[in-house]
Amino acid sequence: MDLSIFGFLVQDGLATGAVYVLLAVCLVMVFTVTRIVLVPQGEFVSFAALTLAGFEQRQRPGLAWILLIAGGIAFAMELYGAWRRRTRRGLAVAAFSFLALPAALSAAALAGNALPWAAQVLLTCAMVTTLGPILYRVAFQPMAMASPLYLLIAAIALHFVLVGSGLYLFGPEGVRTAAILDGSTEILAMPVAFQTLMIVAASLALNLVLFAFFGFTLLGKALRATAVNRRGAQLVGISPDYAGQVTFALAAAIGALSGILIGPVTTIYYDSGFILGLKGFVGAIIGGLAAYPAAALGALAVGLLEAFSSFWASAYKEVIVFTLIVPILLWRSYAHLTVDDDHE
Amino acid sequence: MTANILAETEDLRVCYGRVEALHGLSIRIREGQIVTVVGANGAGKTTLLSALMGLLPHTGRIAFPRWPTAALSVEERIRAGLCLVPESRDLFGTMPVEDNLRLGGFSRRGDRGYSAGQSLEEVFALFPRLKERRRQTANTLSGGERQMLALGRALMAKPKLLMLDEPSLGLAPLVTKEIIAAVAGLRDHGVSILLIEQNARAALAVADHAYVMETGSIMLEGPAEAVARDPRVVDSYLGARKADPEPSNEDAAPAPHPRLRTAGS
Ligand SMILES: Nc1ncnc2c1ncn2[C@@H]1O[C@H](COP(=O)(O)OP(=O)(O)OP(=O)(O)O)[C@@H](O)[C@H]1O
Ligand SMILES: [Mg+2]
Repeated sequence: MDLSIFGFLVQDGLATGAVYVLLAVCLVMVFTVTRIVLVPQGEFVSFAALTLAGFEQRQRPGLAWILLIAGGIAFAMELYGAWRRRTRRGLAVAAFSFLALPAALSAAALAGNALPWAAQVLLTCAMVTTLGPILYRVAFQPMAMASPLYLLIAAIALHFVLVGSGLYLFGPEGVRTAAILDGSTEILAMPVAFQTLMIVAASLALNLVLFAFFGFTLLGKALRATAVNRRGAQLVGISPDYAGQVTFALAAAIGALSGILIGPVTTIYYDSGFILGLKGFVGAIIGGLAAYPAAALGALAVGLLEAFSSFWASAYKEVIVFTLIVPILLWRSYAHLTVDDDHE
Repeated sequence: MTANILAETEDLRVCYGRVEALHGLSIRIREGQIVTVVGANGAGKTTLLSALMGLLPHTGRIAFPRWPTAALSVEERIRAGLCLVPESRDLFGTMPVEDNLRLGGFSRRGDRGYSAGQSLEEVFALFPRLKERRRQTANTLSGGERQMLALGRALMAKPKLLMLDEPSLGLAPLVTKEIIAAVAGLRDHGVSILLIEQNARAALAVADHAYVMETGSIMLEGPAEAVARDPRVVDSYLGARKADPEPSNEDAAPAPHPRLRTAGS
């Protein structure tokens, strides 16, 4: 292997690794706040890429159906809850986020083919982000007090529902979205594609934004507080439902951006999300599903390992990456830095 | 002398599964008063506070200013002015003192006329020790400081009724005294307090009104100094030594006798 191939592999690894970092960070965030292992995280990625590709190929936006139907179910659940509690409080907010917003976005999506590229990207992100809290409301909120194992099973079920709907709505064909940036530049006498640079820069920027959000804003601190002590958070007025929905909105938004970033460099199928999410998961368990920096570094390592293994033994690339889970889990269980599952 | 009623429960019942833990409690808290509930372990004091806070499903009526009749969520009760400092404190251990306090004001964010910075200064004025340690994480505080932080965090929400579950739990007598004095000071700031204390003597000394609870029912109620003199209370909760509550300067007349409640009433 000469230096130029090495450089190319590093680039490739960094670019995919940067996307895995985003997924890993989301998994850690969702798990610490809600104790849910967000198996469907990858679906946010694939649905975003497929939706954007759909706009480019002038197809009907399949995601709108998921948004409208799931939103309708979420609102029906709110109505039932309001009827049982004999109160109308909260219904207006629910009507907005579960009915009006999905309807408005779906209407915009019908005209999406005619929109300029930037607006299509924004619309895609908005649709996927709106889906996040809806999914939390429908699938997880009713059982938020259940043990992590039950939540995991619900997450797996949700994943299959989404992948199944994805096949029905987007079809079995893979898509690649148009390249965002063409051309390349030279760094250290090595050609580096602008696309790669952009992915790494965008991931870095998003991580910084997240860092600032959790470190300096009251809402970010409230989510962290929920992760530290759920009951304490509830006693200062941070409702677990609210925290869960905000977290899912964040995870969906980051998933959507990841999909936009990775769409031009990887072929995305309706079921690609799972493998992507799983690679983020490998990174996340390096951080014990609790520590952000370790999870981010782990995910970056996964990207690099994947790039190099696809060069040396491309047929075994996934095998190598996922076999990595075993030694990592062994090491983690020896280091026994388990997540505090606060007194429940 | 009788102030307005701030909060009232009527026939409050709580069940854990099939077992009823509170058998129809009726208590009343007046504005600007400290009301204490005394009772043996397992009497249901914590259960009472959890029900008031909305943490447990319950039946019966709870009246509080501007409360609609519908069952309110915990967050809505906090916004209405109720606040609970639980036995376990439930601080955000890995976060700094200042963040803990600021999060205490989470429910007031965006309220007109609420300033987190000003509330923070008020809490620091009450507990200067917290100001010194504002950058330290909560789990590095001493037990007494933790209780101060828990109180301070609750005060950040500007409660009308502050419910304290055994604030002196695990504290040295001197620190307990300090905490109880701080609680008494809060009343002078217009906060009503529902106080539950293992240290019944200290609680009865600061309280205006007292309830004695046994296995989920109120057995006795009355002005705190009268309850403190009641022989049954002296025997069961104040130990053998006869309590001689300090005569309060404002009431020269003998305090009315506490009313004994029968289990069914
Ligand atoms: N989660 C629960 N499930 C079942 N029973 C419970 C539960 N919590 C409390 N109980 C029961 O309800 C009764 C009242 O408990 P509670 O914690 O309210 O007592 P307490 O007066 O606060 O006691 P202590 O002074 O020890 O704190 C007890 O008999 C207790 O065993
Ligand atoms: Mg108790």
